[in-house]
Amino acid sequence: MTAIEDTGLKLDPEEARRVRQERLERIGKWVLPLAIMVLAIWLWDRICVWNEIPQYILPRPGVVLQTLHNDAGLLFSSLLVTLRITFLSLLLAVIGGVGLAVLFAQSKWVEMSFFPFAIVLQVTPIVAIFPLINIYVNNQTVKLLLCAWIVAFFPILSNTTLGLNSVDRNLRDLFKLNGATRWQQLRYLRLPAAMPYFLGGLKIAGGLSLIGAVVAEFVAGAQGQSSGLASRIIEAGYRLNAPRLFAALILISLTGILIFLVLSLVSHLILRRWHESALKQER
Amino acid sequence: MIQEKVAQKAASGEGPMLLSLRDVGKVFSNGVTALSKVDLAIREGDFLSLLGPSGCGKSTALRLIAGLSTPTSGQLDWRGSIDRSNIGFVFQEPTLLPWASVFDNVWLPLRLKGVSRAKAAPAVMEMLSRVHLTGFENAVPRELSGGMKMRVSIARAMVTKPRILLMDEPFAALDEITRFKLNNDLLELWQDERFTVVFVTHSVFESVFLSSRVVVMAARPGRVFGELPIGAPYPRDEVFRTSPDYAALCRQASDVLVDAINSTAGPHHDGH
Repeated sequence: MTAIEDTGLKLDPEEARRVRQERLERIGKWVLPLAIMVLAIWLWDRICVWNEIPQYILPRPGVVLQTLHNDAGLLFSSLLVTLRITFLSLLLAVIGGVGLAVLFAQSKWVEMSFFPFAIVLQVTPIVAIFPLINIYVNNQTVKLLLCAWIVAFFPILSNTTLGLNSVDRNLRDLFKLNGATRWQQLRYLRLPAAMPYFLGGLKIAGGLSLIGAVVAEFVAGAQGQSSGLASRIIEAGYRLNAPRLFAALILISLTGILIFLVLSLVSHLILRRWHESALKQER
Repeated sequence: MIQEKVAQKAASGEGPMLLSLRDVGKVFSNGVTALSKVDLAIREGDFLSLLGPSGCGKSTALRLIAGLSTPTSGQLDWRGSIDRSNIGFVFQEPTLLPWASVFDNVWLPLRLKGVSRAKAAPAVMEMLSRVHLTGFENAVPRELSGGMKMRVSIARAMVTKPRILLMDEPFAALDEITRFKLNNDLLELWQDERFTVVFVTHSVFESVFLSSRVVVMAARPGRVFGELPIGAPYPRDEVFRTSPDYAALCRQASDVLVDAINSTAGPHHDGH
């Protein structure tokens, strides 16, 4: 109510209701998910206590937190290994995805000829491809990178290709009228127009490259040479060290959330001035 | 007095020939004849409107002139050498780069010719002031109204100082008040710079208000049906817009347009 009184506006009941609702939504957006999360954790804790579940099956949240603290050195060094693979593969996915998309955009024939390969790579489960990679590639890091890259590059390729091809017809004519070269058209028209699509693909690829990195390490973990978070999970599983398993799991999931948030922020910062998706809705 | 003389000269179509379309036809691959046997003479300094119902090929004619499309038959003869940098084009929509500022949008044609930002700045700022957008150079298109976006579009087309400006129903989507204002500003710009305009429209009132010549087109197949010189002197303003002369000219143009439309619907009867 204070907001209304501050502006000195006399609002009719409908407008006043709308203002109240908007304020409620603004607060609820943060408070509600947090409250549910706290409730879920509390419930988890209670279930452990009520049913007297042993720690090696389901540890209490407090114990997991304690483990996260105690094993911090081990877990965070593993996290760094996983993060390195994730970001390197995401970087390669961006380079490969955008590079291929630009190549595809040069000619419909190129796109028609090579797109099926990209789809084959995408739809074949990575777990099924990995044994092959394992045979052909010796270097452990390269193995993981390749694996994560295959999972992550497709959304970037497919989205960027779509974006490069969805340029306004009249704008294309305008560039033609002004004698723009192919390069100028790409640089000043098609790449900026593809930006929102690319960023959408990047958000998906960010999550996928983490998944790719973890899955690759899981499959490679049998060789026991890696030391990322996935191998900590496997190891903890063998030793029935459930608290550490949960701690590693939480770290991975927090990392995924963080990657998503950072990429969303980047996307918002780039698009906020002009693209519909980043604009506040006006009444 | 002097200005009136100049205007009179342009109005009577006495300028040197700039472009002539001779026996031009365009047939699309789906069998539609968009244009058939079009003869059209465009003189330097003309403000020529192509007026007609939808489907009469007026936009196709404009695209042929712009070089965005090639004729199936006949030919276009430009007087002297003219390349694409001598042609400005304004689309029906503002067609701006949504991510670029007003300045960058107007800079674009020069940028594509390799002119640096600093070198282009005087020309861009001058053009922006001519279309009354000084102070908006850092805004992005979505922050502008429909009329302002169209002004940016015109500034962009004019920044290369083209000899001929092609406009494809540029103000069709604007409200009437905005359209009148843009009409006035366009005429002002034209009178100062003396470029040639080919203006496609389906509005009788707009074509008569703006043009020195109105060419009426008919549909199926798209063709030139008749021509009407608009002798009213420039500058034309709000007084002209409400004058009996204007009303009479509109009636004349409207009659020709009605004939053109009927010539498509019923059996073909020639001329006037």
